[in-house]
Amino acid sequence: MSRRLLPSGEAALLVECDNLEEVLALHDALEVALREARGPAGVIELVPAARSILVVIDPAVIPLESVATWVRRIPAEAGSRSAGVRSEPVAIPVAYDGEDLAATAALLAISPEALVARHTDAEWRVAFVGFAPGFGYLVSDDWPYEVPRLEAPRTRVPAGAVALAGVFGGVYPRPSPGGWRLIGRTDSSLWNPESDQPALLAPGRRIRFEAVGSS
Amino acid sequence: MSRLRIEQPGALALVQDLGRPGMAHLGVPASGALDRGALTLANRLVGNPAGAAALELLVGGFRARFEGEGWFAVTGAWGSIRLDGRTIAPYTAARARDGAVLDIGPAERGIRYLLAVRGGLDVAAVLGSRSRDTLAGLGPEPVAPGQVLEVAPEPAASVPIVDQNPAFPPPRDAVTLELHPGPRADWFTDAAHTALFESVWRLSEQADRIGARLVGPPLDRQRTGELESEGTVPGSIQVASGGQPTILLADRPVTGGYPVIAIVASSSLDAVAQLRPGQGVRFRHA
Repeated sequence: MSRRLLPSGEAALLVECDNLEEVLALHDALEVALREARGPAGVIELVPAARSILVVIDPAVIPLESVATWVRRIPAEAGSRSAGVRSEPVAIPVAYDGEDLAATAALLAISPEALVARHTDAEWRVAFVGFAPGFGYLVSDDWPYEVPRLEAPRTRVPAGAVALAGVFGGVYPRPSPGGWRLIGRTDSSLWNPESDQPALLAPGRRIRFEAVGSS
Repeated sequence: MSRLRIEQPGALALVQDLGRPGMAHLGVPASGALDRGALTLANRLVGNPAGAAALELLVGGFRARFEGEGWFAVTGAWGSIRLDGRTIAPYTAARARDGAVLDIGPAERGIRYLLAVRGGLDVAAVLGSRSRDTLAGLGPEPVAPGQVLEVAPEPAASVPIVDQNPAFPPPRDAVTLELHPGPRADWFTDAAHTALFESVWRLSEQADRIGARLVGPPLDRQRTGELESEGTVPGSIQVASGGQPTILLADRPVTGGYPVIAIVASSSLDAVAQLRPGQGVRFRHA
């Protein structure tokens, strides 16, 4: 496992990993250490992305060099994509009637029913958030497919649209433009700025989708 | 309880405080006043806690009426400030009587005024902050004509008595900003690094709370290929495929897919907030 520490100003370090698996493993290790108060004080947050983690600190509390040493030395075993935060997976009920369901299944050379079955059988994990507040990029060991984005993005995708793009699954937290392929929709609240935990799909969280009847 | 009735918000009037740090992992940038020094100074002048909510006024052309009396201070940009037609010195605390009209004219230097009212603006906080995030659309809507902003009760601290406040109007000429190395400095040619530090850049018209785009020679890459999106910080200078740099600011997307060549030192960020389109910018090593 290799980690490259890159400078990112006075209050952050960018940790570059070889691949997403290493990001997930390192994020778990850092997150668990911070939660169990084994990490240094002064770390404000971890911002994971596809190949990196930005470690944001308060330089008045801890020098960057100390954080660098901590990040360099912490053991992390790349393992399951689904590991994530050790808590029960969040269940998201989905009506699988998305506009692109049939076409996406055809692209993958499987039936729509098989696609839904794989999607609901998989245990997903939020790898990182990007694109918009609360837009979690989900990955799973149980998901073997890679889905091309739409050639022409939609100008408006409704909130709750359950979608696929690349190796990722996702759910649109708010209405927005978007180029992911829509396979279903959920009534779950993905984004609630009034709440202490505004994003349902926070990095590290585990997710299961459950098929419900179309309404 | 006093209030501020907005008669003209000017180009853009936003409620801002020190933002909501620590939520980038959920896709939420810190936001907050772009000129943080001006916010904390304005608050200090009227005896508020440093992070009380105030108004960030772009350009000026602002008019408001006090309903109930109260202290206020205007910092940041430099321009005409009048209370009932009487000139008020910038960077000082002044007292408005009930019904007094505050006029803040077009900025002559700098571009963002901070108007603090003693007590702070009493608007609902979202995710722990009263700041308007212009990209994510979080926090209070931009202030509209006719809107009435409640002012919170006065703090225990009194209005500090000071004869002379340290007032440094934003410069008219080119400003020099300090840079730290960026995570992707090695993606750029030696010529690009030389050009970054030796050119006089100009602020383009594409400059807002999300980012400030600069005009100058293209910064060429020595490494091609795509970069996976990665976390950015306020002050990250990302370089688009055409070679033009943009300084990412408080409301930026929290991750970006363009390589970051350098990072504006936090001590230079307030100066970025006060740059006017066309104004010169030079960089030096921090």
